[in-house]
Amino acid sequence: MKLLFPIIAIALVCAIAQNFLPWWSIAPIAFIIAYLLRLKPGMGFLAGFLALFILWGAMAFKIDFSNDHILSGRIALLFPLKGNYVLLFLVTGLIGGLVAGFGALSGALLRKN
Amino acid sequence: MRIFAFFVSSAVTIGLIVALNNPLGPAPAPGKFFDPYNGFWQNAENTSHFQNINLNLDGLKDKVEVYFDDRLVPHVYAKNDEDLFFMQGYITAKNRLWQMEIQTHNAAGRVSEVAGEKALPTDRMQRRIGLGFGAENSKAFIEKDAQSNDLIRAYCAGVNAYIKTLKPKDYPIEYKLLGYAPEEWTPIKVALLLKNMANMLSVYEFDIENTNFVAKYGIDQFHQLYPERDSFTDYIIPQGTKWDFAGDTTIPQGQTLASLYNNAIEKPRELNGSNNWAVSGSKTKSGKPLLCNDPHLKLNLPSIWYEMHLVSPSMNVYGATLPGAPCVISGFNDSIAWGVTNGGRDVRDWFTVKFKDDSHNEYLLDSQWVKTERRIEHIKIKGGKEFLDTVMYTRFGPIVFDKSFGDVKSKQYLSMKWTAHQGSNEFKTFYLLNRGKNYDNYTDALTNYSCPSQNFVFAARNGDIAIKEQGTLPFTKSFVTDGSKSENDWNKMIPNANNPHIKNPGRGFVSSANQFPADHTYPYPVSHVGIYENSRAMRINRLLEDTNKMDVAYMQRMQRDNYNLIASLTLPTLLRVIDRSKLTNDEKEVITALDKWDYNDNADSKTTVLYESWYDELNDLLWDEMSDPSIPMKKPNAYTTAYFIKEDSTSIFYDNQQTGERETRDMIVLESFDKAMYKLKQQYGSLANIKDWGTHKATVVHHMSPALDAFSRMNVYCGGNRGIINATSHDHGPSWRMIVDFGEMKGYCLYPGGESGNPGSKFYDDMIDKWAKGEYYVAKFEPKEQLEKEKLFKITATK
Repeated sequence: MKLLFPIIAIALVCAIAQNFLPWWSIAPIAFIIAYLLRLKPGMGFLAGFLALFILWGAMAFKIDFSNDHILSGRIALLFPLKGNYVLLFLVTGLIGGLVAGFGALSGALLRKN
Repeated sequence: MRIFAFFVSSAVTIGLIVALNNPLGPAPAPGKFFDPYNGFWQNAENTSHFQNINLNLDGLKDKVEVYFDDRLVPHVYAKNDEDLFFMQGYITAKNRLWQMEIQTHNAAGRVSEVAGEKALPTDRMQRRIGLGFGAENSKAFIEKDAQSNDLIRAYCAGVNAYIKTLKPKDYPIEYKLLGYAPEEWTPIKVALLLKNMANMLSVYEFDIENTNFVAKYGIDQFHQLYPERDSFTDYIIPQGTKWDFAGDTTIPQGQTLASLYNNAIEKPRELNGSNNWAVSGSKTKSGKPLLCNDPHLKLNLPSIWYEMHLVSPSMNVYGATLPGAPCVISGFNDSIAWGVTNGGRDVRDWFTVKFKDDSHNEYLLDSQWVKTERRIEHIKIKGGKEFLDTVMYTRFGPIVFDKSFGDVKSKQYLSMKWTAHQGSNEFKTFYLLNRGKNYDNYTDALTNYSCPSQNFVFAARNGDIAIKEQGTLPFTKSFVTDGSKSENDWNKMIPNANNPHIKNPGRGFVSSANQFPADHTYPYPVSHVGIYENSRAMRINRLLEDTNKMDVAYMQRMQRDNYNLIASLTLPTLLRVIDRSKLTNDEKEVITALDKWDYNDNADSKTTVLYESWYDELNDLLWDEMSDPSIPMKKPNAYTTAYFIKEDSTSIFYDNQQTGERETRDMIVLESFDKAMYKLKQQYGSLANIKDWGTHKATVVHHMSPALDAFSRMNVYCGGNRGIINATSHDHGPSWRMIVDFGEMKGYCLYPGGESGNPGSKFYDDMIDKWAKGEYYVAKFEPKEQLEKEKLFKITATK
């Protein structure tokens, strides 16, 4: 439960901010929320990572579902994933998760100082 | 300790962002690209949910309604012509923006800007042949015609209105992958597109290759291997037709310079083909004319064509449009229909130029030194410095090849004069055809068409049929010519009105399939480039003569006809001369299969694979003299090849240049067979295991960018091949198939692609399967009340 609230908070703010800010805004957002919520470093990383892994992964999944995998199938050929589009959700989630995870970790570490 | 951890973690965060925000070699920046809110995921379109859209667009005069049908074909209903073309631009851009722009970048020699240095040689070539120069001349020429100018500007305004709505997340996926942004659409781009088409269709021209051949083998061999007319053909204008003008049959002499040239423009493979024909009511079931057109081009995604229905109070036209340019190019309205094939005339000449000194400021003309014009080409290169290329212009066009381009040791300066360098307004031809009502409107429209020559077939609801070859046709030469004499210039042209044409011939049909336009009674020289085809023309005419009860189904069977007339001319000789005693048992079975073959290149035929493989090897071995890239020469055409094999068994050309001994025809026939069978065994394990023709040929519709082959459609199973009515080869074929039936006033059409240029749309390649099977869609050439009921969704735009 301790993890759930920060995850929701980060994901929600990022979901809104992404409509007008560049993709990397997820890092400062995760940073600030981790700082404000006084998260422990480990928790901070986990919250940032999971929030964006889920947000980006789910968003990609939702788009792909209503697209019948037409585009993801082609992108998974372009990036030599042998057409395995499921891996694309993973890559998408990992990129968002890592950036936000380290952002949140940094915020949590700053608070601890 | 914590503060240290904080700095490390922050550094990792920033490092990650920087790394993911920049391109990884050729791959796009992963952060931007995978971000589901702005990256590629945004290009994945919903496949089942479509919404009506209301737009307010600056520049519109009145309300425009656009109905998208179940194939996403737009039906544009406007209240005036400016709005109609504005909306044509808007809707085309919405579906094909990247393609439009990359095609004009390609024409203008600007691909290096987006693809980097690897595109520099092609960019330089486009500039050196003067494509941009020609487009600028056309733009200035069109501006003199107020109406054309206004309508082209309306079209551009529509494209730009769409571009203005775009945020980076909305860009077509190719922009995201290659990391650039669309720019403003301008009238010069429309001109560039038309010149690009002219270049694609007039690139076949062999002055340099011919000169090389004559220098090596002499003029007598030249006339034998490249005869002016093939020994048999069906002309476009039926033989015996009387001409009502006197003409001028002076053959342009020009001096043949016995010299070898190391550079020539690389030509795509020949026998590409396009067909069109029209049948008068006397030969149809309905008593009304039928018209067919299938222009053949390289198969590409997004497709070269975009199907549209354009309606205003002054016109109601349906057909294939060229994305980036207004009007319908091949189509029909409720009164007339028309279609095009390439005329194959020679509209380029090459000249040697002598400069006074290394400054290249003056060149020799009629014993005087004439000032050179210069055009400095600025080529921007992605990730590199701008490249400057100075192209010198003479009376005989731009210097294409000199030591700075092509062979660095070359002391020759070769210029190219080309009708596409002249300003012309092809747009007006299509504008007038789109609203045409009758034969007179059709001939009026055609007078504006300049380059390259095209065979315009015509049919009208009132019963008229006609065909005319139209283009600016100077008396050109077949060899590199001395550019220091003005007498070698194009001093004569065929008057427009005297281009080969015929209306309502007695035989009840007109047709063209890239063959010789008229018999020897035509009172002008026909300077052509030697790629005329007879096989499709003859097959089409036989099928059109066959019955007087033609209908749409018969037309469809014709367009998908796979009869290989070239094989029927060539194979019997091969089977006669091959020494069967030297064959293994499985090879004998191959010969037995070929003995029984019906000459149809059907998708499910295995025998076709045997013949086509053999023929390819034979052609390569036979004409190996012409395959040295350092001395470009043209291979003789398929008819000469067939005739040659049949009639001449001892020619020097049978000799294989790679071997010490002197080969004969019978040796070459056997050797090519062995080679073909060896390769097939390598590929399939054994001759018993070979796959059928459709699988073996594996037709592919390539995405326009070679770097994005994942967006291509591979292994399209279909029959046909070069020289066949259905001339679908590995990557070339019918780029648009259209049948217009004036009996029911219906159009049947499709093309190997889809209406959307977006690889993330289900409409990206949805017509390919039906196209491969030779099936058709009925065009929804319908009033808007009907479209309102059948539409997928609708765009309503107001000012």
